[in-house]
Amino acid sequence: MSRLGSLGSRLYRGEVGYDFIGKRKIWYGISILITITAVVALAVSGLNMGIEFKGGAVFTTPSTSASVAQAEESAVSASGHQAIVQKLGNGGLRIQITEVDLAKSDAIKAELSKDLKVPEEKINADLVGPSWGEQIANKAWTGLGIFMILVVIYLAIAFEWRMAIAALVALIHDITITVGIYALVGFEVTPGTVIGLLTILGYSLYDTVVVFDSLKEGTKGITKQTRWTYSEIANRSINGTLVRSINTTVVALLPVAGLLFIGGGVLGAGMLNDISLSLFVGLAAGAYSSIFIATPLVADLKEREPQMKALKKRILAKRAAAAAKGESAEGEQAYDDDVHVDAAPTAAVVGQRQQPRGHGRTPGKR
Amino acid sequence: MAAPKKGRGPSGGQGRPGRALALILIAMVALTGGMFLSGHTTPRLGIDLAGGTSITLKAKSQPGKPDAINPTNMDTAVSIIERRVNGLGVSEAEVQTQGRDNIIVNIPKGTNSKQAREQVGTTAQLYFRPVLTVTAGQATPTDTASPSASGSAKPSASPSDKETASGSKATPSAGATTQGRAVTGALTKDTSPSPGASASGTPKASASPSASVDPATAELQKRFAALDCSTKAGRAKAGANAKPTDTTIACSSEGDAKYVLGPAEVSGTDVDSAKATIDQQRGMWIVQMDFTDKGSKKFQQITSKLSQQQSPMNQFAIALDGEVVSAPQVNETLSGSAEISGSFTQQSAQDLANVLSYGALPLSFDEDTVTTVTAALGGEQLQAGLIAGAIGLALVVIYLVAYYRGLALIALLSLLVSGILTYTLMSLLGPAIGFALNLPAVCGAIVAIGITADSFIVYFERIRDEIRDGRTLRPAVERAWPRARRTILVSDFVSFLAAAVLFIVTVGKVQGFAFTLGLTTLLDVVVVFLFTKPVMTLMARTKFFSGGHPWSGLDPKRLGAKPPLRRTRRVNAPTDPKEA
Repeated sequence: MSRLGSLGSRLYRGEVGYDFIGKRKIWYGISILITITAVVALAVSGLNMGIEFKGGAVFTTPSTSASVAQAEESAVSASGHQAIVQKLGNGGLRIQITEVDLAKSDAIKAELSKDLKVPEEKINADLVGPSWGEQIANKAWTGLGIFMILVVIYLAIAFEWRMAIAALVALIHDITITVGIYALVGFEVTPGTVIGLLTILGYSLYDTVVVFDSLKEGTKGITKQTRWTYSEIANRSINGTLVRSINTTVVALLPVAGLLFIGGGVLGAGMLNDISLSLFVGLAAGAYSSIFIATPLVADLKEREPQMKALKKRILAKRAAAAAKGESAEGEQAYDDDVHVDAAPTAAVVGQRQQPRGHGRTPGKR
Repeated sequence: MAAPKKGRGPSGGQGRPGRALALILIAMVALTGGMFLSGHTTPRLGIDLAGGTSITLKAKSQPGKPDAINPTNMDTAVSIIERRVNGLGVSEAEVQTQGRDNIIVNIPKGTNSKQAREQVGTTAQLYFRPVLTVTAGQATPTDTASPSASGSAKPSASPSDKETASGSKATPSAGATTQGRAVTGALTKDTSPSPGASASGTPKASASPSASVDPATAELQKRFAALDCSTKAGRAKAGANAKPTDTTIACSSEGDAKYVLGPAEVSGTDVDSAKATIDQQRGMWIVQMDFTDKGSKKFQQITSKLSQQQSPMNQFAIALDGEVVSAPQVNETLSGSAEISGSFTQQSAQDLANVLSYGALPLSFDEDTVTTVTAALGGEQLQAGLIAGAIGLALVVIYLVAYYRGLALIALLSLLVSGILTYTLMSLLGPAIGFALNLPAVCGAIVAIGITADSFIVYFERIRDEIRDGRTLRPAVERAWPRARRTILVSDFVSFLAAAVLFIVTVGKVQGFAFTLGLTTLLDVVVVFLFTKPVMTLMARTKFFSGGHPWSGLDPKRLGAKPPLRRTRRVNAPTDPKEA
């Protein structure tokens, strides 16, 4: 704790602080690069859709001595279609065959039972229609669309439209990255993946909203002070909530990682693995986007407001004056600010909390 | 800043943490007690975890309609069957198309699979047809069943208080109707059948009054006479293959009455919704139904026509798959919505409402195969998932303890409370609304650990910020709360919104997942408000925490609180309270 804890306190007082906003162009660049890669990967290799989308059958056998290759051969010869065979934790096999329908499945089952020397009735056949996954996915997309609209409305009311837009961009960004990684690596897309993806939207926004909440609080009465620009306060908000962001993401990722690496590793593919994989990718992307994309974007949009422009001008002028007076003016300025804080209590959070009292640090240093 | 102002108000209440704790304790005891009392001590598992029954339905090709089996109709059928088997929507039954003409229904173990099969397989087409003739259900037309005898026939939708209206305008037959509508064999338009008319179901008169000598009618007469509704086979045969435009014969689903029915006037697709409710005034179960725009016009027509008729021809039959589910009398012209009253039990009203709501399948189906699905894979996945979840949780615990030390205790207790509430609720929701835990739901619950823990983290970080400002713990706890509360509510709202939208829009697995996520998000709010915050208030009174013990996680020195700030705070005291 101690190191992170003291980092927390230093972040809190702004003694250390990473300039997320100032370097936003780098982050935008990285994100655009990732997005382009994702789109290209999607266009070139496409997504590896699971049988839920193509239709087919999944046969599960009890423990057998037959090898994976043997089973694969048997399945292909029995069905005439592509087959994916996985070894299960209990020694059984999971055989996926695409484009198999009900009529065929019994014949395949019989053949598999003969080839793999497993009693036929112990083979579990799970048939999946081709429209199954599609239905789920279509409805999921509809849900996603409705959710986005509602959330934009909500954020626009609870916060402001700039934040709503930024959150939306961050959300789309997360989904693109996740889908891109799927296209790039070739993970199988199953309804589980879709579910994972849907969770990300809730979570990504959740994370963003927490930062925005602190930003909203920090920028309350911003025009009544001449100490910080919007971007600087935004940067402080990010830094101030950084410890929370890290902690939350770690705490959320740990169980998911458990699911992914322990649960999935033992069992091979399965819905659990599918969900946790897309969750893992998405959670990480969500944490990244709320810090590096959403908040800088809000600051960018906000700095375009005439009010904020004027504020920035005033602040820069003040700082220039302070710099001209030299180091000796420092104490005086701090005093100025104290007076200001008392005069405008609404700005006190900004002033008092972030004021490095006793440090004599000039705001201009930033 | 809205929170600060609000924050001052409740702060008075924050001095009584015991009340909130008592509340949540009572809730926990009640839920756990309810769980044991009802005997449902584990959540019902979905088909992927528990296994269950898998039914394959094959669409029947219908004569004269070669194109009836098309993707649109199949999808409609899927969604109707889905609604039907899922009831309130979380029983995790999966309905999916398979190939061109198959529908697969997977029903998890623990659901009444027999009942589900009946619901899935047998219901197909629903029509409202005018009743032309009614007699007792026996085949022998010579049988002069007394009216009162078959009057005990299930009066599924007979006289209510509206009956008085019909009675007044009615003819002598009215007296008989109340008791024995099923046997008042008025086959013709004869307006004055004697009330005691020995309703010997001899249907010599034409079934369709307008065409008494039609050969087709004669044929119908013969079949009607021969119809025996007392056997299941007879009942099934009666209405089979009848086109909606035909005059047809049918049995009541109980087999105690048989009907000659006119062409279908309104079809099941015209019903928008139906529900069973209790009529408060009369204290009886009724079924209320609403029609679609198109349906209400048609319904208006049929009811205006029927309300002019004499009994039994003032009835319309609700015919499901050729069986008459109910044959209510019409007393007035109705449109838009209608209610059916009679001696319903809750069950029979519910059944009728279900039939009306979901009864209209565009296709009819044969049950092709019924197999029992084992849960081998799902069970393994659940086990792996639980192990993984436990390990993940252990890592979370280690992380929280390492970072928050003493505070982690509060976080863990809160997680525990949240876990107990989630588990008991899930167990109770199984029998209550058919909730079944499937793999995605398990994942949802594991993900929720993160969301729940985040609330504590937000709050703890706020408290630490306050301490860094030089406050002592007790004021810090109270001042941090309004701000943390707002953040928690705002972010939980977003999370809940996502879950709610998904739940409403999607089906099957995604829905189960969304439900779990929404439930845990709500519980998170409950736990944070009623448990974490009060416990934090109590803990702030202990020396361990307020003294800033190095292991409390609230050591001002470690947090880097600035003693000079305290002095400043006192100086600023007058403006201070307004600020936070």
